[in-house]
Parts: sequence; structure tokens; C-alpha cells
Amino acid sequence: MTGKAPIIVIGAGQSGQQICDSLRKGGYEGHLMLLGDEASLPYQRPPLSKKFLTGTLEAERLLLRPASYYEQQKIDVHLNARVDSIDRAACRLRLRSGEALAYSGLALATGTRIRPLTVPGAADANIHYVRSLADGERLAAALKNARRVAVIGGGFIGLEVAAIAREQGREVVLIEAFERLMARAVAPQVSAFYAELHRGHGVEVLLGTGVDAIRTVAGEHTVVTSTGAEYTVDLIVAGIGVVPNSELAEAAGLACRNGIVVDDCARTSDPLIVAAGDCTWHMNGFLQREIRLESVQNAVDQAKSAAASLLGQSSVYCQVPWFWSDQYDIKLQIAGIGMPHDQAVLRGDVSSGAFSVCYFRDGVLVGVDSLNKPAEHMAARKLLAQGTPLSAAQAGDTSVDLMQLARGA
Amino acid sequence: MPKVTYRQQDGSEQTIDVPVGWSLMEAAIQNNIAGIIAECGGGCACATCHVYVVDGAKLPPIADMEGDMLECTAAERQPNSRLSCQIKMAADMDGLVVLIPARQT
Ligand SMILES: Cc1cc2nc3c(=O)[nH]c(=O)nc-3n(C[C@H](O)[C@H](O)[C@H](O)COP(=O)(O)OP(=O)(O)OC[C@H]3O[C@@H](n4cnc5c(N)ncnc54)[C@H](O)[C@@H]3O)c2cc1C
Ligand code: FES
Repeated sequence: MTGKAPIIVIGAGQSGQQICDSLRKGGYEGHLMLLGDEASLPYQRPPLSKKFLTGTLEAERLLLRPASYYEQQKIDVHLNARVDSIDRAACRLRLRSGEALAYSGLALATGTRIRPLTVPGAADANIHYVRSLADGERLAAALKNARRVAVIGGGFIGLEVAAIAREQGREVVLIEAFERLMARAVAPQVSAFYAELHRGHGVEVLLGTGVDAIRTVAGEHTVVTSTGAEYTVDLIVAGIGVVPNSELAEAAGLACRNGIVVDDCARTSDPLIVAAGDCTWHMNGFLQREIRLESVQNAVDQAKSAAASLLGQSSVYCQVPWFWSDQYDIKLQIAGIGMPHDQAVLRGDVSSGAFSVCYFRDGVLVGVDSLNKPAEHMAARKLLAQGTPLSAAQAGDTSVDLMQLARGA
Repeated sequence: MPKVTYRQQDGSEQTIDVPVGWSLMEAAIQNNIAGIIAECGGGCACATCHVYVVDGAKLPPIADMEGDMLECTAAERQPNSRLSCQIKMAADMDGLVVLIPARQT
């Protein structure tokens, strides 16, 4: 293989690391390069809005693999290396440093970046976001000294940050524009449970409330809401969504639509180029529709298909989506994609704090949210993967053991 | 530092120093121990960090969440099954030996 241009993976995150790993496991012995614009080797992002903020988890413990792994696997990692352009006709890419590199195969795993808050005054308010390790380190330090915190956005990340801030004794106001929390991902009864959970822990939860402006005076920020109320805080954290990093692909003439368009084998329209992870608008073999997902599961499983495609095999990406979120002592686990649905069936007792909600579309189970019910979550993944029929009546009946059903017992 | 031995199905072993407070999963990942996948990174949400404890007296008890997840491991649950992300290293756990199961997914 000497002399042949390397396979290059752009984006040293969860998906990029997995693509490299799967290429080696799949037998690729040639030159393999992993280019990332961050300063760290690939690391886990989920703890950044969770335990990492408590300051008890050192950054090295977040690494997906230690430095020695990349040496052993002969993965040529370049950090602080940003790719600025791809010339597909010449099979070359150009780094910000000016260096040009030829490739024999290319994987795009560029992830997403935060959507910034743009209301008047936002630029001067030193707003914290959580995407990178650097963000997490900055926020962990700021939380230590904060007294009052405003969290803008009641999605997973905002809520996780709010929970940690409360556990550290900070006063917290959480401002969500929708009428309910995590509205894009869960059913109203789950949203309602979380609103009560946070209120019970002392968070002031404002629903159906936008942010109109922020005023900053002498390090204090006053958040003006759409109802005209004002909250003066010393720290603002926003979690209002992300945008896919697809400009690089778009500029190279690859189709992009809310992400880099790929088929169910993670292939772009260019036979030498695949893409995986948060940055892809992909045909999902399991869901049988196009979607963009932001999860570890998607980053890992789609990466495996991407690596196979680079090796000339075809491995359809057809895995049950799953996700989790930790808030206080409640672990939310999501299997499948419950949105949209036409029926949501409660399983168990909401007041116990441990229950599931099963989502159906046209009578077919499409997703299950489990709160402190990990066994039901795992059973749901199995049921969904196998397509085992489950009726709404069975779903609501806790005497029906989902795992037994999944195992066909 | 307390030491932990990770044994593979073929009998091969690696003994490593594990900082107190780290989980057995974290130590395995940071030392390139094969067979611990840990997709959720220690969130007790994936059960791909399953181990069998071969020799170890002073382990913390199995909490409810861990017990539930252990029902869902890819390799069969045995009485000595644990999730390595839920075992935090303590000084008196020195000499622990764990066996890595044949499969995690
Ligand atoms: C705070 C937080 C909490 C989360 N919690 C959960 C959770 O509980 N459960 C869950 O399943 N998921 C969670 N996620 C989502 C999960 O972390 C992502 O889905 C996953 O990291 C996506 O992996 P990826 O490789 O696609 O993208 P990333 O991990 O974002 O990696 C992309 C990398 O590419 C780099 N890059 C981009 N463009 C270029 C370029 N031109 N040149 C070089 N490098 C480039 C980026 O800087 C980045 O390092 C969370 C995410 C965050 C931020
Ligand atoms: S790492 Fe996921 S359960 Fe242990």
C-alpha cells in the first residue's frame, strides 16, 4: 500500500474515532489520518453537561481512547488542524495552515456547532454554551463562583446544566420558549414530570417564555423575557440547539440539507467520500426515513457503516436509535424515535418517579421513554430491533414483562 | 495505587494501577483493555462494560439501576456479574481480578 494516498477522516470526535477504529478492525492497513480542529484527542461530550461540571472528573477521563491507542493502531492524528476546503476533482484537501493533503478515501465526521443566542445584548453577556471540552471547563469554573444562573433553553443540555447548578446550590431560572420542556423529543406527560422535578428542586421554570434582550452592567446580566419580567443573574448558559457543520461539504459540491446528505450506507454522492454522525442528513435504515440525529448511538453505529463503505463493503445503517439524559437522580432513556406519534401509553406510576411511556404510530410501537426503568429501556430496544408486536394494552400493563416478551419467552 | 487484573476469555491477563476514585471501566479504556466497550461512557445506560468479578471481596453493593441493567447484558448474567463503570476504585480493592465476557453487544 506504500505510496498510496491515505484515507483521511475529518473531525476527531465520537464518530471520527469510531470510523478509524472500524477501518482498522475491518482490515485496512494503509495510511490513516484523523484530522481535528480541537486541541484534544477525541473525547466524550455527554459528561460535559453532567458530571464534568461538578469539577470532580479530570479531562483525561473523558478521552474515548488514550494516546497510546492511536500509536498502536497507527492512526496519524493531527489536532488543531482545521480543514478549510476539499478539491474533489484532485482528491485533495487543504488545511487552514495552508498544507495540502491527498486522499484515497475521505470521511466527514464534522459534527455540529452551537446555535448562538442573537437577541439584543447577547454578544456582551459572556453567554456560556456547552459543546466542547473547552466550553465545559469554562462553565465548570464559572459555576463555582456564580450565585444566580439563568439557563436559556429547556432541552436536554439546558436541563442537565440546570440540575447540576441546583445541586451545587446555585439559584436557577430556566427559560423555555415552548409551552413544555424537551418538546421535540418527549410526550407532554414526560415534559410535565420534568417541569415538576425541576420545580421541586427549586428551579424557577418559565415555559412559553422567550428572551427579548439581555443587559449587562458591571458583570451582572439582566435577562428580559417576552412577558416583560427581568431576571438579574451573574451567569447565563444557553442551550438552544446546534447547526450541522456541513459547509465544508457544501462548498465541495456535495448535497446538503440540514446536514450532509448520505444514503443508508453513509455514502455521499462521491464514491470516495462518506459521512457519519451529527453532521449527516441520512437515510436511516431502521426508521426508513431521512433524519438527522444527535446522539452517541448514531455517531458510533453510522460510523461503522461509513467505514465499511470506505472498504468497499456495504453495511446498511439500521440500528434502533437510543439516547439518555441524567437530571438529578432521574435517568431518562429513550429507545426509538417517539416523535411523531398518535398514541402515548403510560406504563407504571408517574408519582413513583420510575415509569415508561410507550409511543405508537398507526398501532405500531415506535419509541419508548423510560425514567429510572433501565430494564424496560433495554427491553424496548430489543422489541424495536426485532419488530416484536406489542399492543397498546400490553404496553400499559405492567404485569406484562417486556424483556420476556422480547426474548420470546 | 491499587492494582486490578483484567482477564480475557483466552486466559491472557493485564494488571494495571487504577487511581482511587476511577471506575474499573475508565481504567480499562485508558489502558487499552480489549472487550470493554462502554458506549455510554459510564452512564449506566448501555451495559457494554460488563465484567465477571473473579476475585474481589470488598466491592460496593449493586445499586438498583446497575442491577436492572445487568439483566440486559449481551453475555449471560452470572452471580458475579457487574458493570465495570459502576465500580469505583478504593484502596482496599487492591488485587481485584475481573474476567471480560465473550461479548458486549
Ligand atoms: C453537552 C452535551 C451533552 C450530550 N449528551 C448526550 C447524551 O447524554 N447522550 C447522547 O447519546 N448524546 C449526547 N450528546 C450528543 C453526542 O455527544 C454527539 O451526538 C456526538 O458527540 C456526535 O459525534 P460526532 O463525531 O458526530 O460529532 P462531534 O463529537 O461534535 O465531533 C466533530 C468534530 O469535528 C471537528 N470539526 C468540525 N469541522 C472540522 C473541520 N473543518 N476540520 C477539522 N475538524 C473539524 C469538531 O470540532 C469536532 O471536534 C451530547 C452532546 C453535548 C454537546
Ligand atoms: S459504560 Fe455504559 S453501562 Fe457502563
